[in-house]
Amino acid sequence: MNILEVNGLRVSYGGIQAVRGISFHVSEGEMVALIGANGAGKSSTLRALARLLEPAGGNVRYRGKELLQVPPHCLVSEGIALVPEGRGVFPRMTTLENLHMGAYARNDKVAVARDLEHVLGLFPRLRERAQQVAGTLSGGEQQMLAIGRALMSKPRLLLLDEPSMGLAPIMVQKIFEVIRTVASEGMTILLVEQNAKLALEVSQRGYVMESGEITVTDESTRLLADPKVRAAYLGE
Amino acid sequence: MDTLLQQLINGLTLGAVYALVALGYTMVYGIIGLINFAHGEVVMIGTMVAFTIIVSLAGSGMPPLLILSVGLLIAVVACMVLGWGLERVAYRPLRHAPRLTPLITAIGMSIVLQNVAMIIWGRNYITFPPMIEKQIYEVAGASFTNVQVAIVVLAALVMIGLTYLVQRTRMGMAMRATAQNQHVAQLMGVDIDRVIAMAFIIGSALGALAGCMVGSYYEIAHYQMGFMLGLKAFTAAVLGGIGNMAGAMAGGLLLGIIEALGAGYIGDLTGNFLGSHYQDIFAFMVLIVVLMFRPSGLFGERTGDRA
Repeated sequence: MNILEVNGLRVSYGGIQAVRGISFHVSEGEMVALIGANGAGKSSTLRALARLLEPAGGNVRYRGKELLQVPPHCLVSEGIALVPEGRGVFPRMTTLENLHMGAYARNDKVAVARDLEHVLGLFPRLRERAQQVAGTLSGGEQQMLAIGRALMSKPRLLLLDEPSMGLAPIMVQKIFEVIRTVASEGMTILLVEQNAKLALEVSQRGYVMESGEITVTDESTRLLADPKVRAAYLGE
Repeated sequence: MDTLLQQLINGLTLGAVYALVALGYTMVYGIIGLINFAHGEVVMIGTMVAFTIIVSLAGSGMPPLLILSVGLLIAVVACMVLGWGLERVAYRPLRHAPRLTPLITAIGMSIVLQNVAMIIWGRNYITFPPMIEKQIYEVAGASFTNVQVAIVVLAALVMIGLTYLVQRTRMGMAMRATAQNQHVAQLMGVDIDRVIAMAFIIGSALGALAGCMVGSYYEIAHYQMGFMLGLKAFTAAVLGGIGNMAGAMAGGLLLGIIEALGAGYIGDLTGNFLGSHYQDIFAFMVLIVVLMFRPSGLFGERTGDRA
């Protein structure tokens, strides 16, 4: 069953169209990668879904509901969580306070406490840094925190925007291990990533974006083997 | 020595009032980056409303303290509505406008409120009826009144309450998150419009309280009183680091004390060439010095692009 169906989504900045009427879907429980060059419109797509910017057109059905009619701050209660590009941790709050902000929209205290334990289990580093102010964490730790915070909202659909950006290779590996774990627990994930190889290795399906349009879509293993994709995005 | 202690006491009283008003500036600035220049006028309206209520109840036979409390309460509620209305009508439509636009609007609202107050309460000084029977205490050659004690104690309690609200409650978490990253706060489910409205409402309530304190302390009110008071409280907020609440509290107290000491010693320092009615220059000297040497203020961490 499709948890997310995007039809003809358009995003403009001023007069410039960043996303030109794209359509795609994500099924319950799968991880889908949206790959493409810098400026292809991947992040704009994700930001429009999370309503950090208002789409110029198109419609988005999420679990049978018209998503663009939901007020932006209610998306999290609908089960949508975005890990924004550049992490976006609250710099003057502690790690724990940041995680609690993730559960801001929830009322089920007992379950929140259980999820907090789960997140700290996924990221033992965050437990060590629990009382540290988030602005003083390393980039990798902040990325862990941003993902942990998103998980604290108990999402049904996790949107990840460039989780590998600006991180050392060893940290990228750690982050993607956790993403894999979260996916294996049944989370539905839409992953935007410039590191196409990495994204296609962890996902089931992929969409390739070019200049605001989706040009190719297939199973990730087949995209990985596609000579054109390899030439354009995998540096071969 | 007598002068020193006396002026410290007076400075503490004045500083408590500045701190309450400065909190209103700093909360709004911290969340939307706007210097709400109409905030001084909100304080003035608070004083005026309390004045009207107290005068109209004065002959009713109610106990004076009850009258004062009712006046205070109604002034606080009136200012909360006023602050909410200002945000809704004047600032919210400009949320995405260039920064200068809401700033000019704030100055405009300040003028509008002054003129409305002038129409309602007239252009003359009005006497704020003293509702507390004044008692004078003497300690080590310095004297202070029960009104001063009440001002300092009440301000301290309110500031403790506010700190609790911001640090410990869900609403406070939402306010801090919004101040640090508005977009991400929204992703977490925070209703940004509500948080911004709350900052105005809480700031205005503190302003109304401060207005009633000023009225009871000086026993006088005027439709232009909010201008100088607002400017000084703004200075206090800048001194503490605008956007930082602990900074506003410390900056307010510090500015009150600097000003009182300045007024106490300016005669001695200038060989009686300048008298204590020049006390206003100290606040602005502080503002200039802070802006020159430490624009981020005592507690402020950010510097740079925020105007």
